[in-house]
Amino acid sequence: MGQITLSKVAKRFGDAEVIPPLDLIIDDGEFVVFVGPSGCGKSTLLRLIAGLEDTSDGRILIDGKDATALGPAQRGLAMVFQSYALYPHMSVRSNIAFPLKMAGLDKAEQDRRVEGAAKVLNLTNYLDRRPGQLSGGQRQRVAIGRAIVREPAAFLFDEPLSNLDAALRVGMRLEISELHERLKTTMIYVTHDQVEAMTMADKIVVLNAGRIEQVGSPLELYRTPRNLFVAGFIGSPKMSFITGAEAQKAGGATVGVRPEHLRVSPSEGPWRGTVGVSEHLGSDTFFHVHDTGLAPVITVRADGEVALSHGDTVHLTPQADKIHRFDQNGLRI
Amino acid sequence: MSTQASRSAARTMLSPAVILLFVWMIVPLVLTLWFSFHRYNLLTPERYGFIWFQNYANFVTSPDFWGAIVNTLILVLGVLFITVVGGILIALLIDRPIWGQGPVRILVISPFFIMPPVAALVWKNMFFNPTNGLFAAAFHAIGLRPYDFLGQAPLASIIVIVAWQWLPFATLILLTALQSLSSEQLEAAEMDGAPPVKRFWYIVLPHLSRAITVVVLIQTIFLLGILVEILVTTNGGPGTQSTTLTFLVYKEALLNFDAGKAAAGGVVAVILANIVAIFLMRAIGKNLDA
Repeated sequence: MGQITLSKVAKRFGDAEVIPPLDLIIDDGEFVVFVGPSGCGKSTLLRLIAGLEDTSDGRILIDGKDATALGPAQRGLAMVFQSYALYPHMSVRSNIAFPLKMAGLDKAEQDRRVEGAAKVLNLTNYLDRRPGQLSGGQRQRVAIGRAIVREPAAFLFDEPLSNLDAALRVGMRLEISELHERLKTTMIYVTHDQVEAMTMADKIVVLNAGRIEQVGSPLELYRTPRNLFVAGFIGSPKMSFITGAEAQKAGGATVGVRPEHLRVSPSEGPWRGTVGVSEHLGSDTFFHVHDTGLAPVITVRADGEVALSHGDTVHLTPQADKIHRFDQNGLRI
Repeated sequence: MSTQASRSAARTMLSPAVILLFVWMIVPLVLTLWFSFHRYNLLTPERYGFIWFQNYANFVTSPDFWGAIVNTLILVLGVLFITVVGGILIALLIDRPIWGQGPVRILVISPFFIMPPVAALVWKNMFFNPTNGLFAAAFHAIGLRPYDFLGQAPLASIIVIVAWQWLPFATLILLTALQSLSSEQLEAAEMDGAPPVKRFWYIVLPHLSRAITVVVLIQTIFLLGILVEILVTTNGGPGTQSTTLTFLVYKEALLNFDAGKAAAGGVVAVILANIVAIFLMRAIGKNLDA
């Protein structure tokens, strides 16, 4: 079981309010991702749940029991840190067994659980090595192993992939997702990378300056962002925002169009501009279109390889039903 | 990038310094060895002559020799124990964010800036003195008879003085080591259910092991040579209760004016120091690897 409820939880450091009171319910077995720009308070929120920071206000319930005053060890949660925080002087085996040793389990049970975790994570051959002799991905797995053996109510991940190179990151992303499928344990995952959020989450919590901007499934956030911030944050490349008369005509103070919802043509379309930088990815091509008079730059995605080069004039056609309209205050209409 | 020519040029350029250092080292060593094989007493210089190992035999069989070795070991081990344990505790204390952290740290480190004879005299006359000392006053205040520290427990008193001098060094090294421990490791241990004492034992202490090794090695080298503190407080006494190997050598050379025997004692001390060093490197030097 791992149902976590935050009720009016707030955090202040001195006079600075890092997290204004917020409510959030995380259901048992859910994979929840906290995403937001750096400094938005997502790590602080995770540390509040972990018990590494004291809440200034509000209550944290774990499985219905008030855990606000409990220490980190008593909450039954396990955490994977950004730096992995492995104990460098211990072997992989001792690292993974450490929480069990602290819990006072007998040696045979410790070994059994460590072997089990090592098998799940492909670490069996590395059990007697030191963390310093492992690669980044292996260290990451040791850190996860140390979390798994405790059989926690929920896993907390604090930007666990940000120290890995791009290829490894994609691999570990899959491994963590598969782990979640297998264990069905609640996972809370903090990242600033919206791709990680979109690919892994059952539920995304978008945070900005300590406030929750929107909570929903990845596709909900993609299809119906509640405000300008979420619209700009979710989706890659970013949505282009258009203001002024053209936006009024479409029925909002600001209108957002995703790059994939614009059609590009050399001759026809309502919006006209010049091509700036083009990014050819093979499967897709992204154009940065300037001088439209609507926005400083509009990003457009085209399928496959499109022969347009720097300085060419293009016409853009937005898909009418995929336009996002926002009012004066940046809220979705 | 180094070519044959540039390498030999480098050797040529370095050689004056290397030769100077080599001569600087080898001349005193050879002289000491030379004197150690000769009868050479400054009071009877006319009886100078080669006597093989007689000086060594006399030094090692002198009644004070084994006592001096024991005293040296007690002094070194006692100071090491106090400075390492005390250093860890003080480092843990001043690592915490406390009010007046800057001044406190400077105060903690200040004993290191005091010259050894001054420190020893301050301790002797202002703390340990059984009539005027602060400890005597404290004993009086609680109705006890003052204790004559340097008379009754000379070696222990010297250990206290030397430990007081070296505590800042140990604290400083251990504090920097403590500050290099990542807080995430401690937080991870906390999440893993380790209470503070176990966090210290399983995480902090292993992290400090390298710094402790450095402290032990460096201090041992210096502590084997402690002389001034003994000289200005007890003069090796009462009797030979606080006579260390270094002090014994000093006594032969500058109280008995027996340059030959002192040189032999010096060589013995160097050999013993090397044995200690080898044992230390074997025992704890592996902490410095990797």
